[in-house]
Amino acid sequence: MTVFNAILLIFLVICAIGASFSRSLLNSILIFMSYSLVMSIIWILLESPDLAITEAAVGAGVTTVLFVVTLKKIHAIMKNEDAEEEKERENE
Amino acid sequence: MSRKVPEEQYRKTISYRFKTWLDGVRDPFLDTVEMRPQPEFEETAETVARRERDRERIRDRVYDLEKNRLVVFFSRIYRVMAVIFCVFLVVMLLFAVSWLPTFGEADKPVNNEVSARYLEEGLQETGAVNAVTGMILTYRAFDTFGETNVLFIAASCVMVLLMVDEAVLKKQEKKNDRQFEPKNDVILQWSAFILCPVIFIFGIYVILNGHLSPGGGFSGGAIMGAGLILYVSAFGFKKTQRFFNEKVYKVAKITSLIMYGLIGSYFYITGANGLENHIPLGIPGHILSSGIILPINICVGIEVTCTMYAFYALFRRGGL
Repeated sequence: MTVFNAILLIFLVICAIGASFSRSLLNSILIFMSYSLVMSIIWILLESPDLAITEAAVGAGVTTVLFVVTLKKIHAIMKNEDAEEEKERENE
Repeated sequence: MSRKVPEEQYRKTISYRFKTWLDGVRDPFLDTVEMRPQPEFEETAETVARRERDRERIRDRVYDLEKNRLVVFFSRIYRVMAVIFCVFLVVMLLFAVSWLPTFGEADKPVNNEVSARYLEEGLQETGAVNAVTGMILTYRAFDTFGETNVLFIAASCVMVLLMVDEAVLKKQEKKNDRQFEPKNDVILQWSAFILCPVIFIFGIYVILNGHLSPGGGFSGGAIMGAGLILYVSAFGFKKTQRFFNEKVYKVAKITSLIMYGLIGSYFYITGANGLENHIPLGIPGHILSSGIILPINICVGIEVTCTMYAFYALFRRGGL
């Protein structure tokens, strides 16, 4: 169990560093989501399932969705078709 | 006995004025507050010249790295200062952590008579098998009421900032009906078709069993809100508005908040914490037990569900 705990904690630190150093905003949101998921497993290991449920629903679910929607709103995510259209426009 | 009041006299009464204000017929700020529209921006040769001059000045004085001593100095010292600051912060935090009692120590200050009482007498006094819910919804029901109010205020602030007028939304939708409605993604729709009922049932289970098993109003509400978001992103706003539109949102949210306030204040007035309390607690372990916890859990659950969904809808579309 100690080994499992250690692996989770190391993964947590790696996620925290990766989320802040990632170049792409979308990648950093996804890393942040995995951080929340690992955190919810750690909450279960610390015997607080109440927090684990909330962390999984809010941290991994709703917050991530809100971040992604915001990215879409500020046009930071582009679909492939849109990007191609933009390139064509630039070429013209 | 009722008496007939002439209409002119009735128009002067407070109740009539309140009713017109409530219906939105009369604007209380009209004719009383001075409202002047902002003057329209006019582009003349003078303003253009001034803008050009300002821009050149800024470029010359601020962004010219060779002349601006401050920028040169700052860019040299910036990285060093950042590293020093981070190291200082890390050392401070580690130093503070090293003074904390070790994990699982028996005689640390957190293990005082308060938590001991919660754990020993909680089942008798609140009737809740889940000690956490029993604590936050009876001993600390007032704190939780504050948290619920915070959610309400947060959703209201997002509405103030992001809400778009319904007529404008309709116009936008008419122009481009693909703007808010998703493409008919078969995989997403089938997975939502299978997952949504399970998510909703799990959310309702977590809310209703808040006093028996882990969970409670906030967790269950967040799960149901996430389910609603999945439904919306799969099937679009038009289908969701058939059962969850702005009217339902307002009624559900405000009713649940008021219900929580009423139940909570009844609980305090008739005697909380240690005083004689005549709300029946029931048999611990049964679903209908533990006094005020179950109705408050339902209220909080509805509140959180509405807030989560409203955040998504307002961010995405600008309206519910």
